Amino acid sequence: MKFTLSWLKDHLDTDATLDEICERLTAIGLEVEDVDDRAAYAPFVIAKIVSAVPHPEADRLKVLSVDQGDGKPLQVICGAPNARAGLVGAFAPANTYIPGLDITISVGKIRGQESHGMMCSEKELNISDNHDGIIDLPEDAPIGTSFAAYAGLNDPVIEINLTPNRPDCAGVYGIARDLAASGLGTLKTAAAPSFKEDGKTTPTVTLDFAEEDKYLCPGFALRLVKGVKNGASPVWMQKRLNAIGLRPINALVDMTNYLTFDQGRPLHVFDAAKVKGNLVVRRAKDGETVLALDEREYKLNPSNVVIADDNGVESIGGIMGGEHSGCDENTVDVLIESALWDLMNIAKSGRSHGIITDARYRFERGVDPEYMVPGLNRATELVLDMCGGTPAEISVTGYDGYTAKVIDFPVSEVKRLTGLDIPASESRTILERLGFDVEGSGDVLKVSVPSWRPDIEGKADLVEEVLRIHGVDKVVATPLPSMGAVNGKVLTTLQIRTRSAKRALAARGMMEAVTWSFIPAEQAALFGGGAPELKLENPIAADMSDMRPSLLPGLLTGAQRNADRGYGDVAIFEVSGTYEGDTPDQQRRVAGGVRRGTATLAGAGRMWSNGKTGGGQPVGVYDAKADALAVLEACGMPMANVQIENGGPEWFHPGRSGTIKMGPKIVLGYFGEFHPKVLDALDVSGALCGFEVFIDAMPEPKKKATRTKPVLALSQFQAVKRDYAFVVDKTVEAGAVLRAASSADRKLITNVNVFDIFEGASLGENKKSVAIEVMIQPMEKTLTDDDFEALTGRIVANVEKSTGGTLRG
Amino acid sequence: MSDLESLKSSLLDEIENASDEAAIEAVRVNALGKKGSISELLKTLGKMTPEERQTRGAAINALKNEIGDAIAAKKTVLKEAAINARLAAETVDVSLPVRQSPAEIGRIHPISQVTDEITAILADMGFSIAEGPDIETDYYNFTALNFPEGHPAREMHDTFFLPPDENGERKVLRTHTSPVQVRTMEAQKPPIRIAIPGKTYRQDSDATHSPMFHQVEGLVIDKMIHVGHLRWALEEFCKSFFEVDSVTMRFRPSYFPFTEPSFEVDIQCDRSGPIVKFGEGSDWMEILGCGMVNPNVLRYGGIDPDEYQGFAWGMGIDRLATLKYGMPDLRDYFNADVRWMNHYGFRPLDMPTLFGGLSF
Repeated sequence: MKFTLSWLKDHLDTDATLDEICERLTAIGLEVEDVDDRAAYAPFVIAKIVSAVPHPEADRLKVLSVDQGDGKPLQVICGAPNARAGLVGAFAPANTYIPGLDITISVGKIRGQESHGMMCSEKELNISDNHDGIIDLPEDAPIGTSFAAYAGLNDPVIEINLTPNRPDCAGVYGIARDLAASGLGTLKTAAAPSFKEDGKTTPTVTLDFAEEDKYLCPGFALRLVKGVKNGASPVWMQKRLNAIGLRPINALVDMTNYLTFDQGRPLHVFDAAKVKGNLVVRRAKDGETVLALDEREYKLNPSNVVIADDNGVESIGGIMGGEHSGCDENTVDVLIESALWDLMNIAKSGRSHGIITDARYRFERGVDPEYMVPGLNRATELVLDMCGGTPAEISVTGYDGYTAKVIDFPVSEVKRLTGLDIPASESRTILERLGFDVEGSGDVLKVSVPSWRPDIEGKADLVEEVLRIHGVDKVVATPLPSMGAVNGKVLTTLQIRTRSAKRALAARGMMEAVTWSFIPAEQAALFGGGAPELKLENPIAADMSDMRPSLLPGLLTGAQRNADRGYGDVAIFEVSGTYEGDTPDQQRRVAGGVRRGTATLAGAGRMWSNGKTGGGQPVGVYDAKADALAVLEACGMPMANVQIENGGPEWFHPGRSGTIKMGPKIVLGYFGEFHPKVLDALDVSGALCGFEVFIDAMPEPKKKATRTKPVLALSQFQAVKRDYAFVVDKTVEAGAVLRAASSADRKLITNVNVFDIFEGASLGENKKSVAIEVMIQPMEKTLTDDDFEALTGRIVANVEKSTGGTLRG
Repeated sequence: MSDLESLKSSLLDEIENASDEAAIEAVRVNALGKKGSISELLKTLGKMTPEERQTRGAAINALKNEIGDAIAAKKTVLKEAAINARLAAETVDVSLPVRQSPAEIGRIHPISQVTDEITAILADMGFSIAEGPDIETDYYNFTALNFPEGHPAREMHDTFFLPPDENGERKVLRTHTSPVQVRTMEAQKPPIRIAIPGKTYRQDSDATHSPMFHQVEGLVIDKMIHVGHLRWALEEFCKSFFEVDSVTMRFRPSYFPFTEPSFEVDIQCDRSGPIVKFGEGSDWMEILGCGMVNPNVLRYGGIDPDEYQGFAWGMGIDRLATLKYGMPDLRDYFNADVRWMNHYGFRPLDMPTLFGGLSF
């Protein structure tokens, strides 16, 4: 919402400075977004062309001698067709910034002739689009004085960022009312217009709605003014419209725009001669069209409300008028419309047709119903002043008057919600100054809401009114009451695990990325996503269309972008949401990570080691497995309950991936190297491995009665390590060998590990050797040779039985 | 020269000439071992008369002690030399680089770090952390937050929509974290004191706007909570977060459908340099929106607005991170560029706490 200072002062009697006004506007909730004090216009002076002779080198240029009032004429080169001796216009001396050209001019030579400034067109001054010639002022314009002062360009323009709840301030008058209520001046109330009416307004108006649709047009006022002369609007009006960025068109149209901004009252004018038959306000018929004033044709439907006559639709009610019945310089009889429309319907219709107008802006926020008739009277008065003519009697259809909402307002609410001791009398005065009608004198006041404040619903709104005028910045900071205990439950288990997973992965040398929740459709499809309910209807870019089914596409392409910049060895992770569906329980919490190149846990790149070249090995499935298990451990998952199965989802390498499970059903995650086809489709390359762990799949830890740890029984006897090697079929999983060995004696054997895998011709075809180290911890006595022999026997027997292998001799 | 003198002389020569620990050991065995020359002499004592034994015996024992001491001294010298030789041989080039600890290489993203900082402060003020889904219903994102259907305030949000279901209802990507306010009210009786960090989405993209961003929302509901408490909570939060002794805040009236009265809050700062400084200067910067929870929202959450009242505020986590740590462009947050993460990220063991420090 834009307006000028002088415009505001039409409605507000105040001595306050521009700064004071702006400060107060912001303080009462009308946030000043921009103030243009129009200093840019200060250098322009009114000057007279003393002489104009053709440029010796150019046909279309003239050499002017320009007098700017100091008796020392300057030479100026000018190309304007209307440049002539005796013309008085706007002169920009050298080194002036020209707003319409966005350049600063300097003394220069044009085709060999020096030019010491510029005579300006309206376009060059950004006051209109007129570039037919330089500004041509009346001869008596005071030479040597400020052009800005003369032309009214010194009127500061204020723009406020109007919140959608304040339609009353979508007009300068409403803003003045708020300022006056805050004590910054006195609201000026104009005398009611008076003019002599003659005859009845024709055509007649019918609101053609079914009973349940009457809310669509709660009132329609119309007046015919005959015999107008529709020329340009007066200069003062044009200046104001120009200042707020509206292009003056003709007096009748300018009047409607002016009152839209002056009073927040949108109006429409029809050329009566072009209206055929009577006016009907109704729902549009399916497929009806109208050529609107923006010269676009709109195809309407019954959810739109129109004003129609025998020709068809003349106007989309409250949104935009039709081109056909618009007013131009030939208009003689004019119909002025001032109507009321349904907020929601205006918003919906406007949005569905993509029409943004100043009328829609106001009607969808709520226009003062009680100003419908006064607004039409004020419009009539302006038309009579500017265009002459004879007004007919007003015709008002369908308006039932305004019934004020009455709110029971316990004055104590002010203290309850703000903590401030504002006296009841002050609260009352503030409300009254804002136009509320306050009755009663006890603890509970009866407050009637004025017709221009549709946003006021209840007592909390009244508290806000009191507070914002009293001054919200006067609120005193008050410590929150203590909760009376140590804050014991800050995070949920899922939040704690999310945090732990992040710190654990970062501690493994990985960097945390945050990638987009929406990814390209093809990528979503590759990773099991792409469901229709997860495709955005209005993505910000075509490749940010699908809610991601996995963190991996974002991380893989992220790793590739780093590689493309020359950083090929990267380890990145993310702990965030993925989407299996559109319900809350289908949003998963996942820790995912990708390692690329040689970015292993030990570190990336080659590194000397014991005199040898070391490191630099490409990452692989086991790096990803270690990361995945580290997440589970960091989240407190009991690792004994975790099983690893061969293979993962189809985006993984089928022979180099695994699935982490708890029991037969719960999938805790996947890890591995990726399927080459998937990498191709993602356009990524290089050694890559990755994992995803479903943080939300881990069961909640069991509630324990005590945090005390189980008693630790420390053995007095020395622990012993024994090595065994088994020759098994290549297809036998090492995990099976480990499990078989461990189960030989659950008490004595505390750990079993694989320390070597060997394949060679000596073992036979399709065979491999799995060498294990068994940690034996005697608890009751030192083991004898016989004891060891018996244990070895059980280990060998167990492994041979379950894997079909043999002890390697 | 007596036989003892000459033996002594020859043994001392041998000791002197022993070049390593093995050689000195050989000397010891030859002299003092079972069949060593001195041991053999000692054996002769038994056949001597007491008088002979007195003089001869004392002389042999003196020799034994002297040679024993000499061997021990030589042994110490040789051992020292051997250790020195070994140390010299084992010397390496310590200028060779070593691998950095993975915990020094890894990084926590500023959004996670700042979320932890916020959590640390608010936990101390009695808040718990709540969360909610990114894909929301129209009801929770708008209706229950007092955005009437078709209201222009909805359009301020540049909402991302998902396709309509069979009932014509469209889910949305939540435009703010506020839906969790109502979800929490439905699940929990007052008093409520929660903070809600999370991802939010709006159709907007430039250096300071990203279509995906992060907000943190605060909600306090109790019987006596008023705007003064809100102001205190925000002042304390900002002081702690920006790690300054004092902040000056300015409350301005504003409008959000879900609060009444509503405010925007500016914080005094110095913007004259490349980095914004808080607690000093004469500029104002808007940092958050807040207000008293609108009675309609309380009703939607099943709470009687005549019994309970409260406040809520919302602010951008990414913006807080930018203000504190100075990343120039919001879009870089989501680029997974390791150079950026390395520079602006945090080490995994730098955990923000109030006792150990918020920032590192």
